[in-house]
Amino acid sequence: MADKFNVIVVGGGVAGCVTALMLAREGLEVVLVERGNYSGAKNMTGGRLYSYSLERVIPDFASVAPVERRVVRERISMMTEKSATTIEYLSDALKQNGSDSYTVLRASFDRWLCQQAEAAGAMHIAGMLVEDLIINDGKVCGIIAGGDEILADVVVLADGANSQLMERAGLRTKPIKPSEIAVGVKELIELGAKTIEDRFNVASGEGLSWLCAGYPSGGKIGGGLIYTNKDSISIGVVVTLSEFNETELSINDMLENFKRHSVIAPLINGGKLLEYSGHLVAEAGFSALAKPSGSGVLAVGDAAGFVMNLGYTIRGMDLAVSSAIAAAKTIVAARDNLSDINALDGYKGNLEAEGVLADMKHYSNFPSFMENHRIFGEYPEMIDGLLADLFVMNGSKPRSLVSKLLSAANKVGVLNIVGDAIKGVRSL
Amino acid sequence: MSMTIDEKLGIDKFHVDEGYAHIEVNKGASESDIKLLTRACPAGLYKYSEGVLTFDYAGCFECGTCKVLSADRVVKKWSFPKGSFGVEYRHG
Repeated sequence: MADKFNVIVVGGGVAGCVTALMLAREGLEVVLVERGNYSGAKNMTGGRLYSYSLERVIPDFASVAPVERRVVRERISMMTEKSATTIEYLSDALKQNGSDSYTVLRASFDRWLCQQAEAAGAMHIAGMLVEDLIINDGKVCGIIAGGDEILADVVVLADGANSQLMERAGLRTKPIKPSEIAVGVKELIELGAKTIEDRFNVASGEGLSWLCAGYPSGGKIGGGLIYTNKDSISIGVVVTLSEFNETELSINDMLENFKRHSVIAPLINGGKLLEYSGHLVAEAGFSALAKPSGSGVLAVGDAAGFVMNLGYTIRGMDLAVSSAIAAAKTIVAARDNLSDINALDGYKGNLEAEGVLADMKHYSNFPSFMENHRIFGEYPEMIDGLLADLFVMNGSKPRSLVSKLLSAANKVGVLNIVGDAIKGVRSL
Repeated sequence: MSMTIDEKLGIDKFHVDEGYAHIEVNKGASESDIKLLTRACPAGLYKYSEGVLTFDYAGCFECGTCKVLSADRVVKKWSFPKGSFGVEYRHG
């Protein structure tokens, strides 16, 4: 092993692999350290990869990478225990290269990404936990892993939502609060390609994304999700950690309730559980972060909080790629003076240039908007009440549409609804 | 196909480090703090019955939920398992 690397990347997820790949392409000596036995061994996703970002690193990646299905059907539902109100969107725009998105399974996808980094010349060490950072006079100079010291000009923290090194590096000054982070659980249920295509009305190679608010998270901040893979579906529930103070349900109870819902149960009937997984989701985003870089260190992907939960979609992997591009550009631009204490100060500007910060800022009020309990508890009930008035015929006396609307709205309060609508529109 | 959480964990792959508990818990923590973790831990590893907390690190997803919720209360020590040990997602 070299005495000293240009760059050590901690963590072999999407952000870490792309950073290592881009640096290796530029001829830098880079080592990627992963604590699992392979890249992806510790990773799971409850989302999809928007292609625009990785296209810029590996053009036409979807034709060679182990992706599952291209998402061509977007569904969102408001659910109560006994009902669901669903919006579905289909468009040719969802199928165009660069504006399409793919479901992936991380054990295979991350391993493939890591192989691309290795093929470009990055060194890869798997099965090794980074225990600590070496910090001299305020500058990060390397890592301690497996009891050994490994030195580098720059350490890139790509160690995920549950990073143990961000605080050590001084990039996070306070521990993450339960209101700033969510936990997700997911079951991977094997159904076979044909059954998936029949039940979800998608063609071969095409798939669906489905987010459900209300009942899946027991009316708490969070939601249910379903994504189609090649031969299996991912079904999961995400809940903000502070919400467990206010419910008697466990996250597993919520997932089981979601699976038993009359809209969901027939779709997974006869399926076989392939894997059950859990992970943190860094959903308060960038606002929870002290800074993205310091002397000799910068953070990418989930570790830096580059996740956006917008309710109708969750973005993480595309931001992981974009932040990795920004990190690699920063390091390459400073390659001749990497040992300078200010060498990485350009990172924030590159995050701006790659659109990561613009997106995070644009939607920065959305997490607090989503913290409004009415969205998860009362609105699904309100919509159910309104539509039940429209569609359930039982011979009772007819009422005008306005009075139906008002009676449904009065349960929540008309002013609350107007206020929430304005806040919601503004935060988008 | 309703399964208990322990049955679900039985399908997953773990390399358990028998010699090293990467999480240590405080059995004397308050009931409300313990019950919070029985609900939030995605692997259901915090079990509370007849006033006694039992915890087994073997089925841990290493997600950090219990650390964020209860560091210095129920969770006495939290670290990752040593390299190559712990959960190994075959699909993810």
